[in-house]
Amino acid sequence: MKDYLLKFPDAWQFDVNDVIDNGIKAFSRNHREFFNIIKKGVVFSIHGIKDFLSFIPWWLFILIIVLIGCRVSRKKHVGILYGAMLFFIGSAGLWDHMLQTLSIIIASVVLSVLLGFPIGILLALKKDAERIVRPILDLMQTMPTFVYLIPAVMLFGVGITPALMATTIYAIVPMIRLTSHGIDQVDKEVLEAATAFGSTTLQTLVKVQIPQALPTIMTGVNQTIMMAMSMVVTCAIIGAEGLGMEILVATNRTEMGKALMPGISIVFIAVILDRITQGLVGDRERMPNE
Amino acid sequence: MSKDVIIKVENLCKLYGKNKAEATELMKRGADKDTVYKKTGVTVALWDVSFEVERGKIFVIIGLSGSGKSTLIRCLNLLTKPTSGKIYFEGEDIQKFSKQQILNYRRNKISMVFQNFGLMSHRNVLNNVAYGLEVKNVPRQLRENKAREMIALVGLDGWEEQAISNLSGGMKQRVGLARALASDPDVLLMDEPFSALDPLVRREMQFELLSIQSKLEKTIIFITHDINEAFKLGDTVAIMRDGKIIQIDTPERMSARPADDYVREFIESADKTQILTAKHVMIRPKCLVKPKDMPSQAIREMGANDVSTAYVVDDKMKFLGVITIDDAILARDKNLPMPSLIKTDVYTCHEDTILSEILSIAAESKYPLAVLDSQGKLKGIISKAAVLSSL
Ligand SMILES: Nc1ncnc2c1ncn2[C@@H]1O[C@H](COP(=O)(O)OP(=O)(O)OP(=O)(O)O)[C@@H](O)[C@H]1O
Ligand SMILES: [Mg+2]
Repeated sequence: MKDYLLKFPDAWQFDVNDVIDNGIKAFSRNHREFFNIIKKGVVFSIHGIKDFLSFIPWWLFILIIVLIGCRVSRKKHVGILYGAMLFFIGSAGLWDHMLQTLSIIIASVVLSVLLGFPIGILLALKKDAERIVRPILDLMQTMPTFVYLIPAVMLFGVGITPALMATTIYAIVPMIRLTSHGIDQVDKEVLEAATAFGSTTLQTLVKVQIPQALPTIMTGVNQTIMMAMSMVVTCAIIGAEGLGMEILVATNRTEMGKALMPGISIVFIAVILDRITQGLVGDRERMPNE
Repeated sequence: MSKDVIIKVENLCKLYGKNKAEATELMKRGADKDTVYKKTGVTVALWDVSFEVERGKIFVIIGLSGSGKSTLIRCLNLLTKPTSGKIYFEGEDIQKFSKQQILNYRRNKISMVFQNFGLMSHRNVLNNVAYGLEVKNVPRQLRENKAREMIALVGLDGWEEQAISNLSGGMKQRVGLARALASDPDVLLMDEPFSALDPLVRREMQFELLSIQSKLEKTIIFITHDINEAFKLGDTVAIMRDGKIIQIDTPERMSARPADDYVREFIESADKTQILTAKHVMIRPKCLVKPKDMPSQAIREMGANDVSTAYVVDDKMKFLGVITIDDAILARDKNLPMPSLIKTDVYTCHEDTILSEILSIAAESKYPLAVLDSQGKLKGIISKAAVLSSL
């Protein structure tokens, strides 16, 4: 038997690793100024969010969450449960880490919503755009995160900037998908009615399509938050401080006890954010007026 | 006096599909819709449609499903762009309108009521009705006043702040009607507006529409596939088939001289379809008793439901008769068995009996009529008032 039939021939294998690495390095070197500005902006915003969160006294923070929890769930004990969860995080000595994690989450969710909402609308309205963007979205969601963590690090260095980029790339997808889906779903006859009464395209969008799609869009926001939460540990790998970093450090030292508390904290935060945003969706559906 | 024509349609055609030129050629040579579709893949939704609508009149378009009614009415406010032909509104060719002119035309001149209401579930009744005024930037106070006025006109006062989901079908269509009237248009387009409603509500809405029309004197173009509705509402009726108009006439002349068998069949169906029968007006009996029940139990049931007769059925709901409260009391006091006191001389009718036939029976009957199915099971009861009020 010929050798090349048994084993993929060496001569037919190609190697692009160096080309790509060098390309990105050169790109980053040539546009250093540009990336520095972005980096400064990101660091500034996330620190701003963190400073703001730290500015709120811990007890007030808990109180606010309790109140919001009571309001959206309409049950007192649910709000109190959320408060207890936060209290637990504080008493595990993780309050500050939680705020750090939260500030990256908030920044990436805000960025995802700000970018994802208009992109989603564009996709719903322009079917051509959809044909191009949909495969890209699939790619963003299925490509293992580490693959784009590396270029992000090469461009921005380690720290919160590439963490934010990676989180946003991952978390923006449901925002785009569900915004677009929500708008697509609007009843044809309702749209026709809007047109028949002399709405411009913009009026139809603002007065009919977006409000009608809002519950679906809010579900998108909720999923975006959940996706961002799931990136916390991954972000720690590229140097983002916070609960993820605690887990990572503990993992490296195989200290189960030390990893458990931040792990539970992440679950708690995820539960609270999930329920509160879902509660908001429900509220919308219950009170359709204004 | 010359006719005051508000809308005039000339040789309107609408084809759906790629190969329009070939389809047009075939149609001109007299091919029919199906053949054209098989040969070219083009659907001929409208072919060479011409008519005039007089101001202040109700023009009804009727035809089977797929005959092109919706396509036609949608051309009139340019929701659908015609393939060829002309549409004039007050003498102006609406297909020559600029974008802004089309908006103004839709905002001020012509509005629409939809089969499934087309209401916006995120807005309450008031804001739905005000929608047309909102898009033309009428100040809030003004548009809300106008909307309230229209809501009162369709008989929904007090419901302004309600969510759409809290309304019944009939009420939803009242909102649809109020919304269409709010911008004070000259023409109302109504695409099967009452088809989604049950027969009784439907009659009520037809009546409502006629009374509103007599007040406001709008021009109405109304689509239906129900010839009764067409003849009841229409000053003029146009009957469509496979994208063409077969006959345009007043209801009287159309029933006297149908243009062909298709029209004749439609007219003959008039007296069979959509005529109200017993099952449309019957209500559930409030008080049912079984022969083996104790008289005291029957008395309690009647007392609780505030009625003086109970309907007696066996375990399989087969109707046996009625028992009055006096007899039940007698049975209790004298300790008589209930079955001996059941009155069987009760007028009954089948659930498919036509209402006009029930009228004579109902007039004689002491108790509400018992409505039975073919197996003699009790389906409901009809009071004299219900028969009279629905005729
Ligand atoms: N957007 C479209 N694309 C292709 N064909 C269409 C389109 N709209 C309508 N048609 C076709 O045009 C014909 C007329 O349809 P139209 O909806 O006007 O009928 P209709 O009389 O309103 O029927 P119905 O009583 O079911 O509402 C039908 O054969 C339909 O399949
Ligand atoms: Mg139709």
